[in-house]
Amino acid sequence: MADRSFEVSRLPGFAATAILVFVLLYLPIITLAVYSFNAGKSIALWEGFSFHWYANAWANEAVKSATVRSLIIAFAASAIATTCAVMAALGTTRRKAFRGQTAIYMFINQPLMVPEIVTAVALLILTGVIKAWTGYQGLWYLIIAHAAFCVPFAYLPIRARLEGMDLSLEIAASDLYASPWQTFRHVTLPLLAPGIAAGAMLAFVISLDDVVITEFVKSAGQDTLPTYMLGQMRRAITPEVNAISTALLGLTVILLTAFFLLTRKKS
Amino acid sequence: MASEAERAQAAASTRNAWLLSTPALVLLFCAAAGPLLIVLVYSFLAKGDYGGVAWNFSTDGWVGILFSRDIFDDTLQLADAHLTIFWRSVKISLLTTLITFALGFPTAWFIATRPPKARAMWLFLITIPFWTNLLIRTFAINEMIRNEGVVNSFLQGIGLISEPIRMINTDLAVLIGMTYVYLPLMVLPLFAAIDRFDMRLLEAGYDLYASRLQVLRHVILPIVKPGIVAGSILVFVPSLGAYVTPRVLGGGKNMMIGNFIELQFGQGRNWPLGAALSIALLLIVMIALIFYVRAATKGSNPHG
Repeated sequence: MADRSFEVSRLPGFAATAILVFVLLYLPIITLAVYSFNAGKSIALWEGFSFHWYANAWANEAVKSATVRSLIIAFAASAIATTCAVMAALGTTRRKAFRGQTAIYMFINQPLMVPEIVTAVALLILTGVIKAWTGYQGLWYLIIAHAAFCVPFAYLPIRARLEGMDLSLEIAASDLYASPWQTFRHVTLPLLAPGIAAGAMLAFVISLDDVVITEFVKSAGQDTLPTYMLGQMRRAITPEVNAISTALLGLTVILLTAFFLLTRKKS
Repeated sequence: MASEAERAQAAASTRNAWLLSTPALVLLFCAAAGPLLIVLVYSFLAKGDYGGVAWNFSTDGWVGILFSRDIFDDTLQLADAHLTIFWRSVKISLLTTLITFALGFPTAWFIATRPPKARAMWLFLITIPFWTNLLIRTFAINEMIRNEGVVNSFLQGIGLISEPIRMINTDLAVLIGMTYVYLPLMVLPLFAAIDRFDMRLLEAGYDLYASRLQVLRHVILPIVKPGIVAGSILVFVPSLGAYVTPRVLGGGKNMMIGNFIELQFGQGRNWPLGAALSIALLLIVMIALIFYVRAATKGSNPHG
């Protein structure tokens, strides 16, 4: 019975399965990224390193305007979502439980629970009516729609940060006759900043990545980068889409790394 | 007994809480929750001739989910095409949940049993695909399995097959894609559950001469059950409403509910049916979520 000691990390087959899973998770993404630098057109045949497809994509007016549009929407939507999320987080944390608190949580997290296609259809109908009434076709529909589904993503890290902050510094400030605004501006806000930055980054990534709601809400000629790519995928696929994907992927990884550094617990 | 001043202070605090939450609530009401009410209303209207709706009360949208009206004698018949789509959606979503669990459980276990520093690294590696654009991940799978893709070129290159295996635009392609995109959603809650698990219980079970399988079944599974439920719901719910992955990998024919809903607002020009389908999908998701909340609150207290 000597070898009946139990090594938890060595359940048979678990490690092998896990390694296989990681390989399968990364193989497609890495292949995509590597072949975006391929001089040739094939995804299977390497014909030498080149920035050809990146140059191609960047020379394409449709890609350029979709990129600019995506960035404008992501900046505006994440700014609005983060502002709302900061206020809501200040309202719903660090005070005694009050009636309606659960309802506010549920409402804020609602976009996480409803299937995106359902929200997209709902917004299609609503914006259709408003577009017909007002004749306005601009970007604000997309900005507001994006801001709404970004709120929970901005709210969660901000709330987590707030919950980890005790009230003593703020109480000290108000004891020293700081006005509520001064206390917020000079005490709460600086302490909360990493949470706000993290929330804003998540909101930015979520907005930048959105396909379904954008596809339904956008007016004619208002492609964002993801909806442009979706349109291209129905036709013959060129490595140009590879290049755009890889660029977006790179941006996401950079923002995520920053997010993890910001929210990392100092132990 | 709270004093008058304390009560006034509590009331002021609650008022502040609501005031501060107002911008977020208004935004979400206008652009997320509120419009759902319009969909509900539309599901009870008659269909317009060129898309849109006619403002007459009608249950045709709801009836149309399961039945189609014969154009000649106006009788109702079960709509086989619709049932095929629902069945495919449920089948693919269930299979996706099962496969992601089969692959995700060992992976979560592996991560949870690494030393702390390595664990953070593995966790980060799971999180990157999680936050990566779903369209890009679907596209990456597309590049792997299409006829001129990586897998077929490789197999042809080594001479194993002479003709490419046709995988794209099949149910299998959608299943592969869904498994790939939703796998991190299974691993993360499983990891959270396993991470809380006291590994000494394993040794205890093992010392009492339980076999590996018995330990797995009687010690591990009951304790990580909340994680299993959470992971399954997190995978099943978005699978059922999936739109992008079936559209890119399934082609026009292998539709799931999400694509079927879109069709009603596009070429199908049957907005009430699309609205009714949306509300039905929403209800199914809500039931799944309630089930999840129940199971999670019951399971969160396994040691009494």
